[in-house]
Amino acid sequence: MANGAEIRIPVESLSGNRRKVVSIAVVGTPNSGKSTLFNRLTGLRQRTANYPGVTVERHVGTLRGSGGAIELVDLPGTHGLTPHSMEEAVAVDAVFGLLEGCEPPAGLLAIVDASNLYQGLYLLQQLLELGLPVVVALTMTDAAAAAGAAVDAERLSERLGGVPVMSTVATTGKGVAPLVEQLAALAERPPAVSVPGIWPELEAVTEPLAGETGIAPALFSRALIAPDSAPAAAALALVDDDKRSALARAREALFADVPAQAAEARARYAWARDARAAVLRQQAASKTLLDRTAAFLNRPWPGTIGLFLVMLAVFQAVFAWATPFMDLIDAGSASLAAASYSALGGGMLASLVADGVIAGVGSVIIFLPQILILFLFIIVLEDSGYLARAAYLMDRVMRSAGLSGQSIIPMISSFACAVPGIMATRVIPQRRDRIATILAAPFMTCSARLPVYALLIAAFVPRQSVGPMNLQGLVLFGLYAFGIVMGIVTALLIRRTALRGPRPAFALMLPEFRRPNLRTVAFALLGRVKVFLYRAGTVIFAVAVLIWALAYFPRLDDTDARAAAFVSGLPAELDAGARAAATADFQNRLAAEQLEQSVLGRMGHFVEPVFEPLGWDWRVSAAVIAGFPAREVVVAVLGTVYAVGSEADDATLADRLRASTWPDGSPVFTLPMVIGLLIFYAMCLQCAATLAVIRRETNSWGWPAFAWVYMTALGYLGALLAFQLGS
Amino acid sequence: MATMEPGQRAVITAVTGFDGTIQRLMSLGLVEGAAIEMAGAAIGGDPLEFRLYGCGVSVRREQAERFLIDLSEPVG
Repeated sequence: MANGAEIRIPVESLSGNRRKVVSIAVVGTPNSGKSTLFNRLTGLRQRTANYPGVTVERHVGTLRGSGGAIELVDLPGTHGLTPHSMEEAVAVDAVFGLLEGCEPPAGLLAIVDASNLYQGLYLLQQLLELGLPVVVALTMTDAAAAAGAAVDAERLSERLGGVPVMSTVATTGKGVAPLVEQLAALAERPPAVSVPGIWPELEAVTEPLAGETGIAPALFSRALIAPDSAPAAAALALVDDDKRSALARAREALFADVPAQAAEARARYAWARDARAAVLRQQAASKTLLDRTAAFLNRPWPGTIGLFLVMLAVFQAVFAWATPFMDLIDAGSASLAAASYSALGGGMLASLVADGVIAGVGSVIIFLPQILILFLFIIVLEDSGYLARAAYLMDRVMRSAGLSGQSIIPMISSFACAVPGIMATRVIPQRRDRIATILAAPFMTCSARLPVYALLIAAFVPRQSVGPMNLQGLVLFGLYAFGIVMGIVTALLIRRTALRGPRPAFALMLPEFRRPNLRTVAFALLGRVKVFLYRAGTVIFAVAVLIWALAYFPRLDDTDARAAAFVSGLPAELDAGARAAATADFQNRLAAEQLEQSVLGRMGHFVEPVFEPLGWDWRVSAAVIAGFPAREVVVAVLGTVYAVGSEADDATLADRLRASTWPDGSPVFTLPMVIGLLIFYAMCLQCAATLAVIRRETNSWGWPAFAWVYMTALGYLGALLAFQLGS
Repeated sequence: MATMEPGQRAVITAVTGFDGTIQRLMSLGLVEGAAIEMAGAAIGGDPLEFRLYGCGVSVRREQAERFLIDLSEPVG
């Protein structure tokens, strides 16, 4: 046994940082109530950032009452020090103080779910070997007691070599005040020491080395168990060649027959089992209504039907509840744009502010109601433990697409918007499965595709009934189904080719249902909306301004004079209403003329030959080009290009589309062409925000480039086939 | 472990084969000596759900077959 007081991870900066802020890492297994307790301990004094180089969010908060001297870092949940996903890897590297740009922790707050001691103790024993002061917080002690398994905190503390163990109920705040006191004094406490005898064969190697070098035994354990990990590399860099080869020999001797992880699990869980039995006070359990509901929902059919009802409710909420707010935002930004245009007296600046900036901001916040509702549902379902169950129930279905149950939530989210959908893929442990999911997600019909579908279907699909269904509704349903099928085909293809590999592993914890905590949900919602606004919002805004510039420049120079001439040339006998209507119509025609000779219009003409085989004229081509950075602008561009104004209602625009002809008089919008256009919209990746998120989440330019080329090619081919076969 | 019926309890006696998923399941606590209870299955009988000292673990049938169990041992 090494003397604990000497064991410290030798990080040069540690002593120097003492005078500054003391950083305490909050570590625990997933679903241990870690975030709820973190929010209790920090309140609103927290901030969210990203860990360098990865998309894992970093939550830092100031301990209440510490006057800013102590900060808590809420690490992603992990089951042990051998990581199995990106988030777990971040948590492990962080407790070892190996994350670039992040303070090494001066102490650990270990979170143990009182109703899941078995796994909690597995992680805890590893944390004790880190050579840091540790305080243990037992969470959800009320739930554990109700389930008949109260934990004796004092006996647990004895088992852990005297480390303080605090019982808490984070949802009510019980036990939080004494925990705050413990945390305030944590950095002054002596480091925790390993519990002896857990894994004698390993300790025989690590403890003497730790005693000799003053390095925490956990680092040597990593060097033995996970030699490819960052902590192992750090350990090897700190010792001389003799010790390095001794470690290599020990590794061979220890893990000749059984993989290191399996051996570790055997040794450590044997201890966790005994320790758990020793500190539990079994009592009579009381079954709550929640327990009975959970038991019912665990049965195959009720569970699956329940899942479909939940998904239906989420959909209904996202589309129905959000609509009034979206209409309000739409109307608000339109009238604000009009008001500021006239207030600024027309001209370029006025147009930039009204049609570029205000319209750009409007096109970001118009998504907020849907995104807020979607995130709210996802977070509530996540916090209540239902998401894991959804993944479990859908695993078999998703497996037929070469994915696992964990891909279901990203897919469902993508029906509102692919950006949160792709962000939700972080729970998928293997990179291969994660990327396959990311590539399939943008095929799901997002809410930005709906306006285009609605316009074209209303204009060109006859309103006739097919049995009990309406043909228009059927076409819309068909487009949704088409997106799902193509997403699945894409996932299958990519898993068979570029991302070939073993079938997705599936080892998922199914936490108990619990009532979601309001504070936790509110904090998580706030954090995710911020991330959405930052990631997607900035891109969408920039794109809106860019499209404005493409349509604005170069200017027709004689528009004002011609408008004035038109007005003065109007017959005097017209009344004011007819006069205004005629003027507005002329203005719209001028706007269309302006657009035709703008950069965007010229691009439309320039690429017309490319899109001619699809039956598109320059107007449609220009609108499609404008839609590449953000597909939601297409309807507005069509409105301008067909001289009905960008705010025209669908019926007016639809009439104009139907009347639109080629120079030879034949209609542009034939049924095959419209079907082709719909297919193009269903397939094409016209969304810079999605590309930006794919780039971030895959940490490569290759995948977004591939997704864009692949989806655009699919859209083009689909539209080509529809038009050529149909005409 | 794949042959268990919902509600049955058993103790894991051996783990066979150590691929990545099996190692992951072991690091979640499915090791020799652990007491488990079969809790149910999704539609089609796969994946399966087991209770492990108060927490639920989802395991595919394919992997469950690699865990050998003893149904007669008393369960703690």
